[in-house]
Amino acid sequence: MYRVVKKRLLAPVIALLEVRAPNVAAKVEPGQFVIVRVDEFGERIPLTVMDFDREKGTITIVVQDVGYSSALICAMNEGDEFQDFVGPLGVATEIENYGTVVCVGGGLGNAPIYPIARALKAAGNHVITVIGSRTADLLILEEELNDVSNELVIATNDGSKGVTGFVTDGLAHVLSQRNDVKVIWAIGPMVMMRAVVEYTRPLGIKTIVSMNPIMVDGTGMCGACRISVGNETKFACVDGPEFDGHLVDFDLAMKRLAFYKDEENRAKARLECDHEGGQH
Amino acid sequence: MAEKVKKVKIPRHDMPCQDPQVRAHNFEEVALGYTQETAVEEAKRCLQCKDPKCREGCPVEVLIPEFIKKIAEEDFLEAGKILKVKNSLPAVCGRVCPQETQCEIKCILGKKGDPVAVGRLERFVADYDIKFGEPNFEKPAPTGKRVAIIGGGPSGLACAGDLAKAGHAVTIFEALHVAGGVLMYGIPQFRLPKEIVQTEITNLKKMGVEILTNQVVGKITSVDELMANGYDAVFIGTGAGLPYFMDIPGENLNGVYSANEFLTRTNLMKGYKFPDYVTPVKVGKSVAVLGAGNVAMDSARTALRLGAENVYVIYRRSRKEMPAREEELEHAEEEGIQFRLLTNPVSIEGDERGWVKSMTCLRYELGEPDASGRRAPIAIPGSEYVIPMDTVVVAIGQGPNPLVTTSTPGLDLNKRGNIVADEDTLATSKPGVFAGGDIVTGAATVILAMGAGKKAAAAIDQYLLGK
Repeated sequence: MYRVVKKRLLAPVIALLEVRAPNVAAKVEPGQFVIVRVDEFGERIPLTVMDFDREKGTITIVVQDVGYSSALICAMNEGDEFQDFVGPLGVATEIENYGTVVCVGGGLGNAPIYPIARALKAAGNHVITVIGSRTADLLILEEELNDVSNELVIATNDGSKGVTGFVTDGLAHVLSQRNDVKVIWAIGPMVMMRAVVEYTRPLGIKTIVSMNPIMVDGTGMCGACRISVGNETKFACVDGPEFDGHLVDFDLAMKRLAFYKDEENRAKARLECDHEGGQH
Repeated sequence: MAEKVKKVKIPRHDMPCQDPQVRAHNFEEVALGYTQETAVEEAKRCLQCKDPKCREGCPVEVLIPEFIKKIAEEDFLEAGKILKVKNSLPAVCGRVCPQETQCEIKCILGKKGDPVAVGRLERFVADYDIKFGEPNFEKPAPTGKRVAIIGGGPSGLACAGDLAKAGHAVTIFEALHVAGGVLMYGIPQFRLPKEIVQTEITNLKKMGVEILTNQVVGKITSVDELMANGYDAVFIGTGAGLPYFMDIPGENLNGVYSANEFLTRTNLMKGYKFPDYVTPVKVGKSVAVLGAGNVAMDSARTALRLGAENVYVIYRRSRKEMPAREEELEHAEEEGIQFRLLTNPVSIEGDERGWVKSMTCLRYELGEPDASGRRAPIAIPGSEYVIPMDTVVVAIGQGPNPLVTTSTPGLDLNKRGNIVADEDTLATSKPGVFAGGDIVTGAATVILAMGAGKKAAAAIDQYLLGK
């Protein structure tokens, strides 16, 4: 079993969990993900890794309570155990010294962007990180990201912190001041990644996104996670999760993400019903 | 002679099954199994040939006349012991082996009438053994050698069983959260109850086989690392875990599944029990299954049980060429699966939300025999027609999953990506590394994979003794 050794609430509905999984921690690299299952009834949920400690043998994940399974994960406490914890999965981020790079994190995307920014900085890059959220209360990992970046730009939709607007506004601010940005990583909700990609497309700056489609096995066996990249079908679990954002068909990816919306709502409604009934 | 004539006259005993109308709406096992009386009667049909051909037809060389003799003598426990000498998963094989093309086709009785129902008898004995038998494993003297097996499917389990019997320390590395491979994720509950699979796997564990789940070799470790970490040999049995698609427009619409995904959601994740089990699977009213093999039949019959009203199997050749077992085709027809033969999909159309709405098909006719000896299907120009559709399951085959092969330098592959292994020893181009099952042959049957696992186990045993 895979024990939660540390839990921290980053925002009212966002939890950071440090999980003991020594073999996974020994191999994981930035950009990779794990698949977890809370209990024997649970779904297999893919989560991009936020941090890892090879010596302690732990993997850190960040989860937002948005559905049935994520609610269960967020409700886990120190000492609780995951039924299953598989990884590392997917292809790691290509870390090298590119020169100046920008890491854009939106919402929960601040978590997976963190180890990438850290590795890029360690590789000698000048790392500018742009993070954003709807409002300051939901902004996560600001301090951590500040520590691994040369510059940090914040954008909130309501202007409660940093630039008022979206991360694309933060990115525009950065790009207006320098023309030496070689590569941009953008991780967050699909709409946010699409917005960044559309912004950088006319500028011709290579933009890498991390796709988070529905998955089952995570090893290329089922094809649930197929996305279209440059008009070619790819499996995000084994070919990605990172892809050249300018080639990704986001319209298709967003539609596919809604495959089980009804079922998710049904499961979630039942969870809330159970809570009211005091069964949990 | 008189005795033999009498035996020939006993007709083969049918397998009792759930009523098609009832079973089409539940996931309970379709075939109910012989009663003791029926099993004994059927066993008495066996001629006990001096030179039994049935055994030659079995990929794992089960001692067929010997175990059948014990059934006829009503010594079911002894029959079980004999059965397990060669077969470490008999309750599985009794259910999913294509006996009609292996052991039963060789049966002398089959020349003039119906062969002995070897498969049904195997299942009877295996089930009896699970219920009443006592696991009686004589622990062999440990050899001190360690073998890593990558993949907990049929080939890996069979290989593990034989190596454990030989006294080697065996560890299975399984990528999913439960061992069994296609027996767990692919073959449906109504054909192979998962409890049976797990019982057989538990028996392997009792024999000392260690099973590590959630271990994706190629990611968490590699073949080279396993060898460096003290394993004396490695067996790769990673199967055919890469789904093929048709490459037609609309295949990425919501509602299009690979058979692997559709069956994995339903079987492994128990989607048919949603929302008690949280993984969803949905079919809508009309489902098209593309392909005509056993996986296609499993998908079609699963769709029906999930509540679909119209389930079509779409195949471009005729009934005669369908590669699924006759028994599966018959069961599917009885349950109301609609075969649309000499038909092939051209495209899948979606609505504005990205969901499957309909499928366009083209009609075919049979022409001259092609390279495979089967009459080639030829498209009839202008015969396109549109069928309203909610779900499409693509069941046209699987390729080799590349996670292990691409992370193992020095491992020779063929141009399809299958591992090249010696026919007799299943040794690969890499010393100490053996491979078998679908990863070598391409997608085939459970029993062929098990046969390969056993063959490799014998070769690994030899290899380790020589070390």
